[in-house]
Amino acid sequence: MLPIYAQRRLVNGFNLAISLLTMGFGLFWLAWILFTLFKYGFSGLSLELFTQMTPPPGSAGGLLNAIAGSLAMTLAAVAIGTPVGIMAGTYLAEFGGRGWLAPTTRFINDILLSAPSIVIGLFIYEIYVVKVGHFAGWGGALALALIVIPVVVRTTEDMLRLVPNSLREAAAALGAPRWKVITLVTWRASKAGMMTGILLAVARISGETAPLLFTALNNQFWSADMNQPMANLPVVVFQFAMSPYEDWHKLAWAGALLITLGVLGLNIVARVLFRHKMQAD
Amino acid sequence: MTAFDQPVQLEEGPVTAPSLPQTRIVMSKHLSDAQLKRQHWLDLLFRNTTLFFAFLVLALLAGILISLFVGAYPAIQAFGLKFLVSDSWNPVTEEFGALVPIVGTLVTSFIALLIGIPVSFGIALFLTELSPRWLKRPLGTAIELLAGIPSIIYGMWGLFVFAPVFADHVEPWLNDHVGPLPVIGGLFIGPPMGIGVLTAGIILSIMVIPFIASVMRDVFEIVPAVLKESAYGVGCTTWEVVWNIVLPYTKAGVIGGVMLGFGRALGETMAVTFVIGNAYELQKSLLMPGNSIASALANEFTEAVGDLYTSALIELGLILFVITFIVLALSKILLMQLRKSEGRQS
Amino acid sequence: MDGQLIQNPKIQVRNLEFYYGKFHALKDVNMDIPEKKVTAFIGPSGCGKSTLLRTFNRMYDLYPAQKAEGEILLDGHNILDGKQDVNKLRAKVGMVFQKPTPFPMSIYDNIAFGVKLYERLNKREMDERVEWALKKAALWNEVKDILNQSGNSLSGGQQQRLCIARGIAVKPEVLLLDEPASALDPISTARIEELINELKEEYTIVIVTHNMQQAARASDYTAFMYLGELIEFDRTDTIFVKPSKKQTEDYITGRFG
Repeated sequence: MLPIYAQRRLVNGFNLAISLLTMGFGLFWLAWILFTLFKYGFSGLSLELFTQMTPPPGSAGGLLNAIAGSLAMTLAAVAIGTPVGIMAGTYLAEFGGRGWLAPTTRFINDILLSAPSIVIGLFIYEIYVVKVGHFAGWGGALALALIVIPVVVRTTEDMLRLVPNSLREAAAALGAPRWKVITLVTWRASKAGMMTGILLAVARISGETAPLLFTALNNQFWSADMNQPMANLPVVVFQFAMSPYEDWHKLAWAGALLITLGVLGLNIVARVLFRHKMQAD
Repeated sequence: MTAFDQPVQLEEGPVTAPSLPQTRIVMSKHLSDAQLKRQHWLDLLFRNTTLFFAFLVLALLAGILISLFVGAYPAIQAFGLKFLVSDSWNPVTEEFGALVPIVGTLVTSFIALLIGIPVSFGIALFLTELSPRWLKRPLGTAIELLAGIPSIIYGMWGLFVFAPVFADHVEPWLNDHVGPLPVIGGLFIGPPMGIGVLTAGIILSIMVIPFIASVMRDVFEIVPAVLKESAYGVGCTTWEVVWNIVLPYTKAGVIGGVMLGFGRALGETMAVTFVIGNAYELQKSLLMPGNSIASALANEFTEAVGDLYTSALIELGLILFVITFIVLALSKILLMQLRKSEGRQS
Repeated sequence: MDGQLIQNPKIQVRNLEFYYGKFHALKDVNMDIPEKKVTAFIGPSGCGKSTLLRTFNRMYDLYPAQKAEGEILLDGHNILDGKQDVNKLRAKVGMVFQKPTPFPMSIYDNIAFGVKLYERLNKREMDERVEWALKKAALWNEVKDILNQSGNSLSGGQQQRLCIARGIAVKPEVLLLDEPASALDPISTARIEELINELKEEYTIVIVTHNMQQAARASDYTAFMYLGELIEFDRTDTIFVKPSKKQTEDYITGRFG
């Protein structure tokens, strides 16, 4: 009996040690990537980033137009995607009891949730860029909106399902029509959770590069016109990083740092908000 | 007799509020039929609006498929099924075949899973069974942070930091020590350039680890404590409990999580584009540059001249979408089965 | 049930059947609920007492799988009729639930919510109505200085009285109480019972309870239900002192249930 037991303990110890190693393996990459990012990113950080436009090759400059373009497109994407997502999620949670539409939509939505973002860009290129004849900020915003929608649909449905039915019944018992029950009571009860979803969606699109390549493209100059090609951080970072110029590399790292800080910051805010909500309940 | 039976002294008799006009129940409701009709109409409107948007989500998927198909049609017409098996990609002669990017996509994703699955399993095991309580949350968050880093950062880091290190220290060793081995040796012989299919696969594996690991952790956590306790009760070691009880119990969820990671790896663009090398040669060696569907699109789409070239690229996109659709649909079905069997058990 | 028992019925239930999907939850229920009296439904859990209560304001309409057959006459009009407007019905027939259900809004808005649905009042009228409802629910003194605080900030007993105030504020004719005190402490329970006693002057009250003492203390009429059937319905003192059915007696004396 003892030898078998000793062998089992050995296997156990060995495998658990491997498990510890894999944890270290994961953390190692995280640390390495973040270290690199901070090292190059912070050295490229300067006030000019926020005051000057993207430069031509070989000269210094900033990222102002790219930052502004990213903000504008993100804002537009959220403005387009959020209402669509909330309404569709509301249908799934509140009306989708029977029939084929709700389960099918849920299934498709989950697929869209992890569909390759470059294909989304291709789709917008086909239905928008080709039609208007040129790349444009609106195209980028639309592509990002298509990424926002499934995230918001999912969180809206999940959050609405957390609202107890008794609350809906109580509102209905006063004679409130269904639409008032939902808009005035159910939505309000899940406000924090739905906000979390929107923040997560913003975080998701803030770093997206692929869908912007064929839609917003890039613009070396300041442009407030969403009907024109529009500079944006991810594409600028991509182009500058792939270039052979040292100055551009520096800007690319600084831009990468900005994106990452933005995305991680949004993730943290979303988490805190969600935890807060969970505790409040 | 208990305290309940005594009437409680109320601070104020509710009915005798003197300052208020005594509003009797004379049904002061002004419920005109028109108002009620309006509410019905609004209810219907609201319901149908939400239904419309739910339908829109469905239409979106159909729209993507249809528009890609329309865009790809010239290429489909020109090359037919040969597109899938031809390895030539020549914009000048307008000869296009998707074999190299398809193989590159599948091989890089496969490498990602080969590394990602065991590592994710180890991490999930650590997080659910070994980690001290106070470390669980920060470590879990750290792994999820890895998923939060935008993919373009992985690409830059891969190109500027990882690839040189890989070329200087790892690839020569692979050439010397793994290269001579029979069968698999050929995969690891080549110039130490740092960029190539293997590098792309490794970076993809780092990217999919957080996805697979967090699904695994979540499903491991739903294993009922009694089940594990009864296994410990007969003298199982931690490893035996995880391998013989937890893993079989959660297998549908685990496979679903792996498929989710697979879907991510297939469609990942930026991280791969930086490091794969963009070469249309079918190479045996993993150290050689190659191409994936997503990075071919990212690199060439805006520069493509000629309708057939663009159309061929769109067909690549269609192929990618169909592959990921199948993988994701399978993972969804598996996860649904898991949920169903859960429902049976409880 | 002989016709003499109830002189002026507010609600008349005729041959009522109820189904949850395939499950037959109420079987041929017939009864008259008297106006401006308190009627209690008692019985073991799962007997259908809550189900019966929820047909009076057609709460089951929210769930597609549930359906009722037969007739329920409110002031002589059949409310199960397809032509009956459900929201209008619910404005006339208020309901308070087992667990307090304050809406995620201020105390004031909780009360005003239902009022605004059917009446246009100016600010002063609304203030008066809120005060009136809160006074009727014996909550005014405790909340008059914190009307802008969230309804969730109140204690359980206060929340339940807030829900009663919310129900009263729309001036219903009937008030349905679904185990309104089962989640509360004894002191709060006593307050609610006192409140029920005050309210029956103006409202027809139907209360579901699993607490027989509560039914005995608070109600004028009591219905005993068992396995989806109405076993016995009579004046409360009759039910508790000399019930005519064996099953009722067994339940009252605690021999089952």
